[in-house]
Amino acid sequence: MARGSVLLSVPEMMEWGLRGPAVPRRRALRLRVLSIVLFLGAWSLAAGIVQAAGLFNPIFLPGPWLVLGKVLAMAVQGELWAHVGATLGRVAIGFSTGAALALLLGLPAGHVRAVRNLVEPVVELLRPIPPLAVLPLFIVWIGIGESAKAGFITYATFFPMFLTTVHAVRQIDPLLIRAAQSLGARPRQLFFRVILPAALPEILTGLRLGVALSFFVIVISEFIAAEQGLGFLINDGRSFFLVPQMLGAAVLLGVLGYAGNALVRLVERRVARWQQAV
Amino acid sequence: MKIQVQRVSKSFTADGRRTPALVDIDLDVADRELICLLGPSGCGKSTLLNIVAGFLEPTSGTILVDGRPVTGPGADRGVVFQEYVLFPWLTVQGNVEFGLTLKGVPADERRRIARRYLELVGLVQHAQKFPVQLSGGMKQRVAIARALANAPSIILMDEPFGALDAQTREILQEELGRIQRVEHKTILFVTHSIREAVYLADRVVVMTSAPGRIKQIFAIKLPETRDRFAPEFTQYESEITRVVKEEVAKVHE
Amino acid sequence: MTRGLAILATLALWAGISYGNRAVEWMLPALLPTPGEVVRVFLDSVRDGSLVTSVTTSLVRVAEGFGLAAAAALALGVLVGVSTPVRLLVEPIIEFVRPIPPLAFLPMFLVWFGLGEASKVAFIGYTTFFPMFVAVAASVLRVDPMLLRAAASLGATRVDLIRRVILPAALPGIIVALRLGFGLALFVIVGAEFMGADAGLGHLIMEGRTFFNPAQIVMGALVLGLLGSAANALLVAAERSLFRWREARATS
Repeated sequence: MARGSVLLSVPEMMEWGLRGPAVPRRRALRLRVLSIVLFLGAWSLAAGIVQAAGLFNPIFLPGPWLVLGKVLAMAVQGELWAHVGATLGRVAIGFSTGAALALLLGLPAGHVRAVRNLVEPVVELLRPIPPLAVLPLFIVWIGIGESAKAGFITYATFFPMFLTTVHAVRQIDPLLIRAAQSLGARPRQLFFRVILPAALPEILTGLRLGVALSFFVIVISEFIAAEQGLGFLINDGRSFFLVPQMLGAAVLLGVLGYAGNALVRLVERRVARWQQAV
Repeated sequence: MKIQVQRVSKSFTADGRRTPALVDIDLDVADRELICLLGPSGCGKSTLLNIVAGFLEPTSGTILVDGRPVTGPGADRGVVFQEYVLFPWLTVQGNVEFGLTLKGVPADERRRIARRYLELVGLVQHAQKFPVQLSGGMKQRVAIARALANAPSIILMDEPFGALDAQTREILQEELGRIQRVEHKTILFVTHSIREAVYLADRVVVMTSAPGRIKQIFAIKLPETRDRFAPEFTQYESEITRVVKEEVAKVHE
Repeated sequence: MTRGLAILATLALWAGISYGNRAVEWMLPALLPTPGEVVRVFLDSVRDGSLVTSVTTSLVRVAEGFGLAAAAALALGVLVGVSTPVRLLVEPIIEFVRPIPPLAFLPMFLVWFGLGEASKVAFIGYTTFFPMFVAVAASVLRVDPMLLRAAASLGATRVDLIRRVILPAALPGIIVALRLGFGLALFVIVGAEFMGADAGLGHLIMEGRTFFNPAQIVMGALVLGLLGSAANALLVAAERSLFRWREARATS
């Protein structure tokens, strides 16, 4: 029985399924590092070859060191922080407004049928429209200021967060609610002590989706109408072929999105401990 | 000898700790013999079956089938699982034909063979249904037909009736007895039901609680068609019960 | 029934607000197009052929980009399922690249591939590849190992296992992945066509902004919404008929 080959052998599939044998933690870590090193290495090599052989203008494919250098230079000069701050501010305002609306409408809509019948059709009608298609309308309506960008994030993130909130409330086991009622819970207590905690894990998943979506759409509104922000940096770089600036800003957006995701996950782990306990 | 289990041991490693599951198992199974492996849960009887099937590699020792060592699963050893494990995207007929399709048997030949085995298990009228439409007992009949249609000389059954209700269970035991009188396979049958073992087996192999060893082997000298209420039957039952109880007691100590 | 009524009510609400606004001029009437204006813009653009051109242009871009990405995601997703070393090598790179919002790379694609079709197709392909790949790999890795054992005990080789067990078992998940990818493609094609395109629905919408014609923006958005709903309905129907084996319970 061959072991350690690239493709799983039939006996390996039999014994461990498609996940393969459990990989020792140290070896897994080594592979992760190797993978990233290979990725950066391939990128550097490609950039180096382009430069050495003069395949095309090397400004189109800068090596990773140039990207890192550009980000560090902007950080040291201080201009980077204004851009990061602008993007983060828009995301924070837009996302939290979207989340507040989604919870304020979603919780009652999940719990009360009449509210759901009132709100859902509007959502169903608007949801299939890609939010980006509505962006120009926001700009025409509110202008190109801050409120248009934050408002657009609110609009884009509201729908998925609203829908997960409704679903989170609806999937609660009705027996749980009956049990609470039979223990004498009044409607208010029922809502705060049973429905909210039971729905919370899925609501948080929805919020995580919203954070990712915020970063997803902020970029394009900063492309179209902004003088600051990471999206602006990217589009500004495009006009002048400043590829390191473009890539650097994109990677920073990834880091911010990753951090936002990690933050909500942290809350999730805190709040929803009862879910994972074995 | 059809199957020879030679000094087979198996241990599992989890979190850097090795736990022995089977220790020094020696067992010879004759052609056309039905052997029941019996023991408390966790005694490694399923592990032994999985090793014979070629799903798991023994830590040491070898399995010989017709004198050749087992290196992996193969069409010579059909397997029937407790959870049925039918292919949910295939019809009953598609499931029964699966092994024949792999061999490249032409379609009408496949259909003929599948029909024969569906008749044997009494499911011809359900041939075009999907597994989700069947009850547990019907699913297990399909699984048995699927194994038989592939014409293996050995069938390995891992608590095949364990998930069924008591009535269905007895009916299927009777059907398996009937099928065995027609098909004459070599069968290795894992169970934790003593009645089931005495009803079906030529020999009952009682295993110790973990790590699994062979504790005692009983040859069941009863007629081919067995009566669950005959005094001889009850005699075997109580004898084996006494031996198994010692092992169960050990687990609870 | 109630749903249809509620949607009609929503449309009526829009009509009421927009026509009312025209009467009292609470905000500049041009900013809040009435259903009548939107329909007029729609009919005009159908008549002069610009809508059909826009829709086909966008759809061709989506189809090409999505098709390439789907093929790649499928091949790599299955490979990752049957090869542990490849999975362990690919996973960290995906985790590294995936948090970066794909739209952030849009200008890169314009720089690399120019303003022509190639940049849009490549961008759609890039955007849709990652989520599809991740979903395909997940559904392959979820395949029940017992099914593999059952097939192998019937004589299946590795190729048989991939073709006759892993692929059919993962297919429902794969179709969901494709639906996800297609939705995403329609989502981002608009953005791609905002930036340096001379045709397509996104361009049509942007034109509405440039020439201050909100009715055209609303029309374009509605057409996109309809396209998305139609594509989704089509795929869901295909799923239903393809996967009878999953929900056939009721007929027994």
